[in-house]
Amino acid sequence: MKVGIPRGLFYYYYYPLWKTFFQELGAEVVTSAWTNRQTVEKGVEAAVDEACFPIKVYFGHVRELCCEPLDYIFIPRLVSVEPRSYICPKFMGLPDMIRATLPKLPEIIDITVDISKTDRLLKKDIIRVGKIFTPNKQLIKQAYQHGLYQLYKCRQLCQDDYNMAEAVQMWEGEQITLPATYNLNMGVLGHGYSLYDQMISMNLINRLRQMGCRVKVVENLDQDSIETKAAEIPKRVFWTLGRKSVGSALFLESQPEIDGIIYLACFGCGPDSMVGEIISRKLKTKPFMMITIDEHTGEAGMVTRLEAFCDMLQRRKAAVSENYISAYG
Amino acid sequence: MKITFPHMGDMHIAVKAMLAGLKLDVIPPPPITKRTFELGIKNSPEFACMPLKINLGNFIEAMEKGADTIVMAGGWGPCRFGYYAQVERDILEGLGYKFKMIVLEAPDSRLYDLTQQLKALGENVSLWEAVKAIKYGWNKLNAVESVERQFDYHLPRAWDKDRVEKIYDKAVVNIDQAGSKEEAQAAAHKAIREMSLLDLKPGQPLKIGLVGEIYTLLEPAANYEICRLIGRMDAEVSRSTYLTEWINDHLLGGMVKKSVRKELVNYAQPYLKYSVGGHGLETVGHAVHFAKMQYDGIIQIGPLTCMPEIVAQSILPSISAREAIPVMTLWFDELSGTAGLSTRLEAFIDMVHRQKIGTNKHSKEA
Repeated sequence: MKVGIPRGLFYYYYYPLWKTFFQELGAEVVTSAWTNRQTVEKGVEAAVDEACFPIKVYFGHVRELCCEPLDYIFIPRLVSVEPRSYICPKFMGLPDMIRATLPKLPEIIDITVDISKTDRLLKKDIIRVGKIFTPNKQLIKQAYQHGLYQLYKCRQLCQDDYNMAEAVQMWEGEQITLPATYNLNMGVLGHGYSLYDQMISMNLINRLRQMGCRVKVVENLDQDSIETKAAEIPKRVFWTLGRKSVGSALFLESQPEIDGIIYLACFGCGPDSMVGEIISRKLKTKPFMMITIDEHTGEAGMVTRLEAFCDMLQRRKAAVSENYISAYG
Repeated sequence: MKITFPHMGDMHIAVKAMLAGLKLDVIPPPPITKRTFELGIKNSPEFACMPLKINLGNFIEAMEKGADTIVMAGGWGPCRFGYYAQVERDILEGLGYKFKMIVLEAPDSRLYDLTQQLKALGENVSLWEAVKAIKYGWNKLNAVESVERQFDYHLPRAWDKDRVEKIYDKAVVNIDQAGSKEEAQAAAHKAIREMSLLDLKPGQPLKIGLVGEIYTLLEPAANYEICRLIGRMDAEVSRSTYLTEWINDHLLGGMVKKSVRKELVNYAQPYLKYSVGGHGLETVGHAVHFAKMQYDGIIQIGPLTCMPEIVAQSILPSISAREAIPVMTLWFDELSGTAGLSTRLEAFIDMVHRQKIGTNKHSKEA
């Protein structure tokens, strides 16, 4: 049996878990190609205009996957991946959106991940999904445990400045080497599914590396310190990724070696519009730049902004040793 | 302590009555004008949805009039409304205003919590007085809505549409100024009687169901008076949500009237299986409900980039196909203009009308 996993959205956070799970149950796992121009075009064509860019790209991935014969397509409904927090309303309706928009799909496996109150539902749903492949409950539980272990192993790779997309590639056996020398330390934040997707983010991370930056993303930081910092905000941010961004921004500000922070937002993203505002108001001592992207963004404009930001940081760094230059310019 | 709060449709009438019952000084924000929009837009994050910008404009204008305490609702997601109060406080503090902000955090459908929070507001009133204050506000709101429903009925049917609007506008002012429950009800009855004496056009008007995000549905400034625009085109509008229903379902836990939410969830089930926050599920449920009630068309409205409504928007075309009912989605932001809106509405209503006379209900199902 063949199960397709679209290479978009939470692929970047959970792929090792899902792949291991389905493989252990005896299914063959296929993914769509990395996001490319065709994926974008197919997605923009199918999705409603108002959806955010990553959602449109996801539509493209689903359409691309369906070009080959599949028995199932895996489109999870991610409501909340930790207690009392949510991802985003669009993730909660994702399988329904896909079903309503794209006809002639293979059967959809739409596991519901909702552990905002209790994880009982998730456990039940894992068994329900596993039963498609095998009646053996023990085997299903084991496959899930192995999946969790593989996910842990993959996340461990992120400790050395690799982002999640690179970690997934390395987990699958590829070799990736990062530049050894750098002259700036840059914190880069944003939703992983847009930041680590080279097409959506227009290769933001690698561009910064080419400009001599050592890039730190959320997964490279100490997770406990992030949570401690995020708790300093008067009201807990109830979006998982948003809270991590806020916590990371505050944590990065407290690290003396960090020179600047960039936040990549998607146009029309609800959490981004609030979280970006919170971060830009809380950061007082480090330069901060927010870049908003959508499917129309031109690369040249972004490159210019990145170059200008890096130049500014370089000059600031050189000047700081003599006298202080404020972060507000 | 001079209290203010954000506008949402006719809510200010009820809140004013309620807070006065708690023996508090109230300064409601001035009516929403172009200046409100401008103040809000200038100071809000660019990509925030429109309600936040209008809220902010309301607060600034109210504080210019002397308010020093803001009462605002909260929530725990996933819709971004839950974080409004925090962002708005940061912005206003950044602008240099001195004020206290009281956030009524999601009372989780428990009347008792709400009463407690309100009682904490009015420090020197008893619990009984607090309950009475809530009841008084609730009664005024019901009076306004009874007129509103008659207004929705008479506007498309009446020959003299200006007159209907005048009666309604006057009734709202009268109810707002009424000193007691009886006075408010009398004002409502008077308006309803006046409307019933008007000459009506023969025949049945087209029936349009209006669904979507609650703030845009309830606040005429946020939807550019879409109800009146449609009514003036001789089509009857039914809104999916009235303020009393929303308060009943969300704040009073369905204690006063029977809640229809369960029914809606059932209607939405074939299309959307999970609540998506905000009013996404309600929008889908109401759309199916309107279709089943043989409405002629459905219009979905919401603020641009509203996440739950985008989910609903993606699903509406499949409802339109399966239930054979025309559906249109309109997004509103601070740049919308009435002329473009009227053109789109006219075209839609024309299309609905032609479909109605061209096909009878039997061939519609084919």
